[in-house]
Amino acid sequence: MPQVKVLTEFFDVPDSHKIDVWEKHGGYQAIRKVLKSMTPDEVIEEVKRSKLRGLGGAGFPTGVKWGFVPKDSEKPKYLVVNADEGEPGTFKDRHVIMNIPHSLLEGMMIASYAIGAHVAYIYIRGEYVHPARRLEEAIAEAKAKGYLGKGIFGTDYDLEVYIHRGAGAYICGEETALLNSLEGKKGWPRLKPPFPATVGAFQSPTVVNNVETLSYVPHIIARGADWFASLSEGTERCGGTRIFSVSGHVKRPGVYEAPLHTTLREIVYDFAGGIRGDKKLKAVIPGGSSCPVLKADEIDVRMCFDDLAKAGTMAGSGGVIVMDEDTCMFDTLRNIIHFYAHESCGQCTPCRQGTGWLVRIFDRIAEGRGMPGDVDNILEIAQNIMGRTICPLGDAAAMPVISFVTKFREEFEYHVREGRCDLEDRKQRVAMAS
Amino acid sequence: MPTLKIDGKEVWVEPGTNVLEAAKKLGIEIPHYCYHPALKVAGSCRMCLVEIEGMPKLQISCHTKAADGMVVWTNTEKVRKARQAVLEFLLVDHPLDCPVCDQAGECYLQIYYMEHGLYKSRLRENKIKKEKAKPIGKHIILDQERCILCSRCVRFTREVTKTFELGIFNRGNRSVVDLYPGISELQNRYQGNLADICPVGALTDRNFRFQTRVWYLQQAKSICPGCSRGCNIEVDYNISREYKAGGRRIPRIRPRHNPKVNGYWMCDDGRYGYKYVDALDRILLPRRLDEGEPVELSWPAAYTMAADLLSEATKEGADKVGVLLSAKMTNEELFAARKLFSSLGVSRIGFRVEPKEPGYEDDLLIKADKNPNTKGAELLELGLGAGKSDVSALLDAAEAGEVDTVVIFNEDLSKSSEAERAEAVLPKLGRVIYVGTNWNATAAKADLVLPMATFVEQEGTFTNFEGRVQRFWKAVEPLGESRTGLSILAGLATALGLEPVSENAEEVFAELAEQVPAFFRGSATRNLVSTGNWLRARLGRR
Repeated sequence: MPQVKVLTEFFDVPDSHKIDVWEKHGGYQAIRKVLKSMTPDEVIEEVKRSKLRGLGGAGFPTGVKWGFVPKDSEKPKYLVVNADEGEPGTFKDRHVIMNIPHSLLEGMMIASYAIGAHVAYIYIRGEYVHPARRLEEAIAEAKAKGYLGKGIFGTDYDLEVYIHRGAGAYICGEETALLNSLEGKKGWPRLKPPFPATVGAFQSPTVVNNVETLSYVPHIIARGADWFASLSEGTERCGGTRIFSVSGHVKRPGVYEAPLHTTLREIVYDFAGGIRGDKKLKAVIPGGSSCPVLKADEIDVRMCFDDLAKAGTMAGSGGVIVMDEDTCMFDTLRNIIHFYAHESCGQCTPCRQGTGWLVRIFDRIAEGRGMPGDVDNILEIAQNIMGRTICPLGDAAAMPVISFVTKFREEFEYHVREGRCDLEDRKQRVAMAS
Repeated sequence: MPTLKIDGKEVWVEPGTNVLEAAKKLGIEIPHYCYHPALKVAGSCRMCLVEIEGMPKLQISCHTKAADGMVVWTNTEKVRKARQAVLEFLLVDHPLDCPVCDQAGECYLQIYYMEHGLYKSRLRENKIKKEKAKPIGKHIILDQERCILCSRCVRFTREVTKTFELGIFNRGNRSVVDLYPGISELQNRYQGNLADICPVGALTDRNFRFQTRVWYLQQAKSICPGCSRGCNIEVDYNISREYKAGGRRIPRIRPRHNPKVNGYWMCDDGRYGYKYVDALDRILLPRRLDEGEPVELSWPAAYTMAADLLSEATKEGADKVGVLLSAKMTNEELFAARKLFSSLGVSRIGFRVEPKEPGYEDDLLIKADKNPNTKGAELLELGLGAGKSDVSALLDAAEAGEVDTVVIFNEDLSKSSEAERAEAVLPKLGRVIYVGTNWNATAAKADLVLPMATFVEQEGTFTNFEGRVQRFWKAVEPLGESRTGLSILAGLATALGLEPVSENAEEVFAELAEQVPAFFRGSATRNLVSTGNWLRARLGRR
């Protein structure tokens, strides 16, 4: 299975981030087409037909989301780009911004036109200093050419783009927390309903889209929805390609773009070159740290949203984390739960208290003070968080816990019982035997 | 009107009502922490989760609008498990210091745990340490460890007082409620409410702290006498453990919900202004001055003396007598006093006392008029018709020699705008009778002092600034030998040989309602529900 490159095709072009290079490769043609010959509804229809889905993690159909913005609202509408790429194991948006910022900007222009927005924000995580600078440069280039500002491309359509840098909270990648943060408030997710499409930034209708999602839009418009949808074969409700961030114990970690009918095995073994040191594969998290883990024998699954859901996990943000046979699942999960406890915003009870409690249990077990019943308690705490929180962070913390502990229960029991890892013991036994 | 089914029972509610309130209408209590009917929905405690048919996940009932045909279950296995889990989570970092916590007995962690708790601790870890016993305002102390971060207090300072002193800082289970940087203490006049709305022991009242256990308290419905708003209050009194709260019978006062008067709130001035009822300066026995020396009297002797003084004075001419009633007296007392003194022929019956400085007023609850019953006195057509200060008119008459006897009811003239003149004129008068609750400069110089009961020691009605007649009930017996205003007037009437006056406030109100057209004709006090009755005068149907 070869890679299919839509966005990453340009990654290797020298100076692909510069507007002249971008235009030489057909950049800013789609927006011209849109402004000249398409109505907003036609754009939305086109994107709907392309089966493009939100690639930030939720996988919501992008065109449908745009269609939710009320046409008759007197309030201004906003497009907000979620560039708060914080999901552990995910780093594709950074590459998109660094390599093809103009693809994002063009996508933003098309999306803004489709929903009737004249102001768009890019909310970028504070740690992305270079990407933020790259975007600033790209915006300046576009402005200089009259592609942003008043009457862009010589039409009567106005669009301003602003960059807002986050302050380092994972929760601000959740769209309503992001909006609060954008408004200068504490990054706490909002209660839904109302959804951002009706009450979003500054109480106005707002669409929040991921960087990668929007970057596909110019290509969809330029080459047609049918072309994009057909890139993925046999996947009914998702089309096109997406960029997978592959990390962990593989030979060639990095970003790989592939259609959604690609299997996880192909990504791990074909694109990433297999397991480092030719060890055995133990487990893979297919979509960023919040997704349930898959065991080595479960990776013949296609990477489309629906198939991964059927396999009991999620496509998430496309962050493929690969673990070889020497990985301690207890340590891995402890690391993950530390992350979620640290990043829990503290607003609602189950997530605030549950993650904090889990951390203390894991730390206690790690110190060798495990107690009978700990594994059951861990599972039940995670289940008590699941589905009962304001935002998905609670689920994001609970899902890896439930999947790790269910699928590798023996390892956890061993840690609780013996106060150390069975991997070390095994290695010792092997050493003694030889 | 959406009609929905909750636990198998049908109920219709106003559009926009949430499921929690709809259930309340059916008498079904859905446990909750962060939801408060007077504050915006936070939806963060996750205690009020319910099962709604057709929705895969449990929903928070505070943020779910009741919809037509909705089928809600509030007590299924799934819901009970969720509540149990939330309670377990809340207690993970809660110090469980109930034995030394003032909230114990009225703490919603305790209350809900009794019903929904797990009763088996699975916590083997250490709890997180946060700041304890931190005074954050004149009346409020904060314990961050007990806090369950429901954000009610934060929303109160944002939405009700709009003073924005409190916020939630930090993240995850390190989150704490605290004052914003740069603010040294709460700056609003309503901070006592924070202790009320805090569902746990995180915010406690410095006045009530360590005074008594709440289960020793009994409640009487009452009306705050602090200003003309007439906030509905609950008087918490303790008569079973006399040694508690330093011997104070009333350790605290709390607002009682009345949507038409005070909502859920009351101000700090009112809340902490009741302390005179148990103060050491209460007048406990009738007393007369004999050549400047105080002599304590029995009530019969006091009545005889008062009757003698009044008869002597009226013999010289009823014009010579001036009576200063008080807008702190009940409608019944004012009515009975008007009747008694009118039948003696006295026409100088005033009540207006102007304070030295105008009272504070805001647009939430606090009124500038610090008397609870000015409107009532006005509707009884009392007053000398001389503007803001009947005291000035009386003093004018006294200086002109037209009045040489005054009866003062519970007004300390040394605190009025006429303090200096009163100090000069009163000693020169022939006879001064003072009827009041506490010793003060005016009482000290009176020839005869009669001890009167305070508002918690009697029942009656006040008419608030908008003409709402509100009833209050008795909490405790009058202190010492003090008697209610009606009782004193009844004793005087008997001693003077006048038509008897009833000591029963309900009977007096019935008569008052009969005779004073401004009061709703035929409305007896028993008809005055807690929201009060509008006066016919206000409705313009005299």
